[in-house]
Amino acid sequence: MSIIARNITKTFGAYTALNDVSLDVPEGKLVALLGPSGSGKTTLLRIIAGLEFSDPGSGRIDFHGTDVTDIPAGKRGVGFVFQHYALFRHMTVAQNIAFGLTVQPRRERQSAEQIQARVKELLKLIQLDDLGARYPTQLSGGQRQRVALARALAVQPKVLLLDEPFGALDARVRKDLRRWLRQFQREIGITTVFVTHDQEEALELADQVVVMNNAKIEQVGTPQEVYDQPASPFVIEFLGNVNRFAALGHPLPGAGPDVIYVRPHDVDIQRHYEGEHGVRVRVQHVFSAGNYGRVALVRLDNGDTIDAELSRVRLKELGLAAGDEAHVVFRHIRLFPAGAFVERDVAADDATPAVVDAGRDI
Amino acid sequence: MASAVSSLSRSSGSAVRPLATRDATWVRYTLTAVALGFLALFLLLPLVAVFAEALRRGLGAYITALKDPDGLHALKLTLITAALAVPANLVFGVAAAWCIAKFTFPGKSVLITLIDLPFAVSPVISGLIYVLIFGAQGWYGQYLNAEAPWFPALQAWLIEQDFKIIFAVPGIVLATVFVTFPFVARELIPLMQQQGNDEEYAAITLGANGWQTFWNVTLPNIKWGLFYGVILCNARAMGEFGAVSVVSGHIRGETNTLPLHVEILYNEYQFVGAFAAASVLALLALVTLVLKSLVEWAHARRTA
Repeated sequence: MSIIARNITKTFGAYTALNDVSLDVPEGKLVALLGPSGSGKTTLLRIIAGLEFSDPGSGRIDFHGTDVTDIPAGKRGVGFVFQHYALFRHMTVAQNIAFGLTVQPRRERQSAEQIQARVKELLKLIQLDDLGARYPTQLSGGQRQRVALARALAVQPKVLLLDEPFGALDARVRKDLRRWLRQFQREIGITTVFVTHDQEEALELADQVVVMNNAKIEQVGTPQEVYDQPASPFVIEFLGNVNRFAALGHPLPGAGPDVIYVRPHDVDIQRHYEGEHGVRVRVQHVFSAGNYGRVALVRLDNGDTIDAELSRVRLKELGLAAGDEAHVVFRHIRLFPAGAFVERDVAADDATPAVVDAGRDI
Repeated sequence: MASAVSSLSRSSGSAVRPLATRDATWVRYTLTAVALGFLALFLLLPLVAVFAEALRRGLGAYITALKDPDGLHALKLTLITAALAVPANLVFGVAAAWCIAKFTFPGKSVLITLIDLPFAVSPVISGLIYVLIFGAQGWYGQYLNAEAPWFPALQAWLIEQDFKIIFAVPGIVLATVFVTFPFVARELIPLMQQQGNDEEYAAITLGANGWQTFWNVTLPNIKWGLFYGVILCNARAMGEFGAVSVVSGHIRGETNTLPLHVEILYNEYQFVGAFAAASVLALLALVTLVLKSLVEWAHARRTA
């Protein structure tokens, strides 16, 4: 079941939550709506679900070619999972999961035995076979979220929508549940959209990432596309750490100085450098704990700070200490004309060391 | 070694170290004594006095006073009033709380203020308002006397039935409903606001209609708050004096509720009768308190 949203605008009084947003979700894909809070991502998800409606006269939602814009949430065939689970607190886990089946009109309702069998099947699917008689308050956060998922799936929705599904969980559980969800989604192949503000989560989980900011979609692409070819300064800054410099000289006509972005892992540090692209730096601090080494550097020519990430092996080889002088070479840069958010990929070939210098267009 | 440790702890234990979260002993005992003394003086003593006065001429006189037909009628009327006013406010309260907590609409703050109005207005004033509206000289009286009324059939029927509102049971019920309106709504609004709408939204996405959502999701979640509000509402409905006093007309054996009956007997120097009736009211209040504690206890056990 594919989802198409066209020209969705939503305002709350004077506040614009979505400004003429259009989105295509291909069938069977796992799509992440990624953005900071207030970017409109949850509103878009709720409009897709039918819990909110776009401004009168604007927008259209299609499910698999059928217009569902005016169809209420209960009839759209969506499974919705809330950030804080929204489990019915006075019902047991089994009753929660069965809810969607028991409220169906009598003619369409399955028999009590069939419902029970379905609940059992779902409990097995979420690996909580023995906890059907428990109440939600007796479960851990991760278990509750899985129950919420099973409850949404019980009615066999055509689309699964998750609002910050891992937001309220601690880091470890989040990681496990994330992996579980991805595998699970691949297995049943249900079209899934989830909202998150965690870029790592979106990049790890999704087939397609939709980066949102300020009521608009900034970029849509695979995790690799949005990470390696960010369409705007916002995207590159939101997706992971990045060094930001004003380019020296070379302003475009009518614009301020260009802005250059370099990912910390694209900063190569060398003790001795003979080439022409090196930048002289002083080491400010070395962080050697963690999965990789991080070094804080200061450019000697203009005092800009540079963060570099490198493998711990490489860090050991270099033997850097605070106060040392060294050279850095940027392996890969991106340049955006400041102020004018125009996409312009100027990155050099990954393999070739490149440096940004006054007046150079690379 | 062990003995050294224990002797050490013993020596340091002799000097009581105050905990950061605990006041000095004398402060605690003084505060407790003041609170208990106040409660005893202003709450317990009057309660005891009611029963003591009622039993002053012995148990026989007390029982005779209780069997007084006017008193029994007053008790009956009090129970009828509560039985009508409480369900009415149960429905109104749930409806008001539901729309205030779950929806945004223009005029919401006005509605919230209106709900509090009966708490803010003196009960005597609210009774007077009903007299002005429904009394013989009020709008209702004008309607009955009108030459060309709206709905003439209704006017004819009302005259035929001799349907009176003021100085009759309907007025008493109306005044009681007005005075006890805030109890259920006030109890539910914060509870429902705190619970939010997510569970209702979840039910809706699962295909439940509005009615199913209300019965299966909203109502069970507010159950305990609702019990509590109803109990408080009931207590006030049975004890209301001011507003009812204005609209009832104090007709013995007809429009006297228990609180009014107590006043009449007392003013006639029938102290045993007055206090006997008062003791019945006090007993009803005690039953309410026990029920309230039971509800709180059961709720605490359910959520533990």
